[in-house]
Amino acid sequence: MNEDLTTAAILLGIIHSGIRLATPYLYAAIGETFSQRSGVLNLGVDGIMLMGAFFGFYTVFQTHNPWLGLLAAGLVGAVMALILCVVSITYQAEQGISGIGLYMFGLGMSSLLFKTMLGTVEGVKGFSELRFCFGDSFCLADVPVLGDIFFSHSLVTYGAFALVPLAWWILNRTTWGLKIRAVGQNPEAADSLGVSVNRVRYASVTVGGVLAGLAGASLSISLLNIYQENMTNGMGFIAVALVYFGSWKPGGVLLGALLFSTVNALQLWVQVLNLNIPSDVAVMLPYLLTILALALPFRRALQPAALTKPFARGEN
Amino acid sequence: MNSNRLFSRRLFNALLPFLAVLAAFAVGAVILLLQGVNPLEAYQAMIVGAFGSKNGLADTLVKSIPLMLVGLGIAIAFRGGVINIGAEGQMIVGALLTTFVGVQLGEQFPGMLGIGIGLIAGMVMGGIWGAIPGFLKAQLGVNEILSTIMMNQIAIQIGYYLLRGVMIDPAEVAAGTNIPHSARLPKVIDMPRFTDMAQWLGFDQSAKDLGLQGYLGEVYGVLVEPSRLHSGFIFAVVMAVLVYIFLWRTTIGYRIRAVGLNPHASRYAGMNVKRTMVLSMTLSGAFAGLAGAVEILGLHHRMFEPTAVSAGYGFSGIVAALFGKLHPLGIIPSSILFGGLLVGGDKMQRAMQIPQVLIVAVLGLVVLFVVSTDYFVRKRSTRRVSVDSDEKPTDTTPTEPNPAEAQA
Repeated sequence: MNEDLTTAAILLGIIHSGIRLATPYLYAAIGETFSQRSGVLNLGVDGIMLMGAFFGFYTVFQTHNPWLGLLAAGLVGAVMALILCVVSITYQAEQGISGIGLYMFGLGMSSLLFKTMLGTVEGVKGFSELRFCFGDSFCLADVPVLGDIFFSHSLVTYGAFALVPLAWWILNRTTWGLKIRAVGQNPEAADSLGVSVNRVRYASVTVGGVLAGLAGASLSISLLNIYQENMTNGMGFIAVALVYFGSWKPGGVLLGALLFSTVNALQLWVQVLNLNIPSDVAVMLPYLLTILALALPFRRALQPAALTKPFARGEN
Repeated sequence: MNSNRLFSRRLFNALLPFLAVLAAFAVGAVILLLQGVNPLEAYQAMIVGAFGSKNGLADTLVKSIPLMLVGLGIAIAFRGGVINIGAEGQMIVGALLTTFVGVQLGEQFPGMLGIGIGLIAGMVMGGIWGAIPGFLKAQLGVNEILSTIMMNQIAIQIGYYLLRGVMIDPAEVAAGTNIPHSARLPKVIDMPRFTDMAQWLGFDQSAKDLGLQGYLGEVYGVLVEPSRLHSGFIFAVVMAVLVYIFLWRTTIGYRIRAVGLNPHASRYAGMNVKRTMVLSMTLSGAFAGLAGAVEILGLHHRMFEPTAVSAGYGFSGIVAALFGKLHPLGIIPSSILFGGLLVGGDKMQRAMQIPQVLIVAVLGLVVLFVVSTDYFVRKRSTRRVSVDSDEKPTDTTPTEPNPAEAQA
């Protein structure tokens, strides 16, 4: 009886942290979805996230205003993305390599700025977790089970989940979304109909950059409220993989992000509970899972046809 | 007239990477200025630190060894039209197997034989780690960029798992500290250092004895006096020459380059494109694994924290390969340059209190600028082809460094 209760509590804990941990993946991967649907592989997401995490953290540290932190993270994300746009779109660089360059730049810059501007790990008071209280006594967060799962997250986390239907709507129901899909699928046709391929791509990658910046900030000023060098630890690369995993659809990305973060949370509990799986092996699981998921056969047909192919008018 | 234009084009192509590096350093200078540091002083500290003294020069060459070996692997992959971001992981698994084999067998096979076994172990393991994403790409269409990144993380975790388990130094267990590192490899399979080799060859006088002064004395000191510099450097240079011969003078090498330049044409010509891609990835991983093996046998002599052994070489090796224009012989000087950059960054940190991570940012900028300047190379070569298309393409000019098309 007692054991059942503990198991239930653990299960709940896993779901709760699964939802929480999905936040950065969702921002970054939804952003990357825009970029890739327009035909640009942005492999520098992790570097953008690190810059966003630092600038978000630093702004909150100075101003004590988490909203300004988000703004700063979004702005620096846009700047980083524009650098990639110039390299990958205007100068048509190999996208698998330019992204690695951007990643290294972001990793080095964020660490440099952290060391020279802060120097030690400090905490900030970022976004707190909501409790949805009505009156003095009743809080939705206290409702058993449902409260833990749905009503005890920060605004940043709710924002991440709200982004999924929004992205779907933009991609599938707006003119701008149609243009994004067109330049990712058949840039020559889009061009001949008067769509400026590169302008749409610039915009899409920049939106992706803003969201990647927010993804970094979600770590440093909402989930953890601290900054550490290289604190994303490769999350940005996972986000890129999640877009493939989710077949370039926001809904698929949501599924992938939840699956990934839950497995990650599961792995935390394996360590907490001293289960008979070495923690190193448990940490490895999500990555193995990602490789296996990428190997599923039906996925390739759904890939934007012009992904990683730079567009130059009149060359084809 | 034709040869004149060809010459100017080649000169332009050869100068572009240097312009790219200069541009990266210019941006770095702006960053330094914003930090309130005189960039000229900082760069001077860096260059003098890396190349100005015996110790700096020796460290520079030591760091150029893994850069060169990883860079060669990267060049093979990129030439073959696949992108290998997994050199970090391939280095780690290579180092792990080399350490395991070395600790187990070292005493039985002292000297060259043991070293050879260790090198082959690392090469094979790295090759396997590269072959997996290669196979997944060829057979199931898995994007190799993503799979190699995942394989890096898996390699790191396997490393920790083994170093906390079967491979842990018994002394650590006995002392109860349990720091995850392996036992030291037997001394009999240490790759000889330069100073050891100088002794064998009979150079036992110091620079002072010979009356060598100034920079010449420092250079002599690197070759003869005790330092960390080991024979892995010679090994890496020999490997670069062998890779050059392999890529440009053998049928298999030709096939790899052909598939990289145009997989469709290669398929029509009857080549097995999928098998060639798997081969490129395997060889690429093998060289990264070799880098791990050489780091263990020549420098560390034991395995410790996986990410500290790979030390970012998997990424900086990409920079060295790109700057060397993906040409094996170009990668030799390029690795020495970037080895110097890594060492110089360390010296700069000590002299000027500029965090060393600045170098990572500058390396990233070098990548961004180098891949951007490719655009001008392509622009000029397509223009040239349309003007005098009767000219045969010269296959020794590495003008198309990034042939990889159609990912996934």
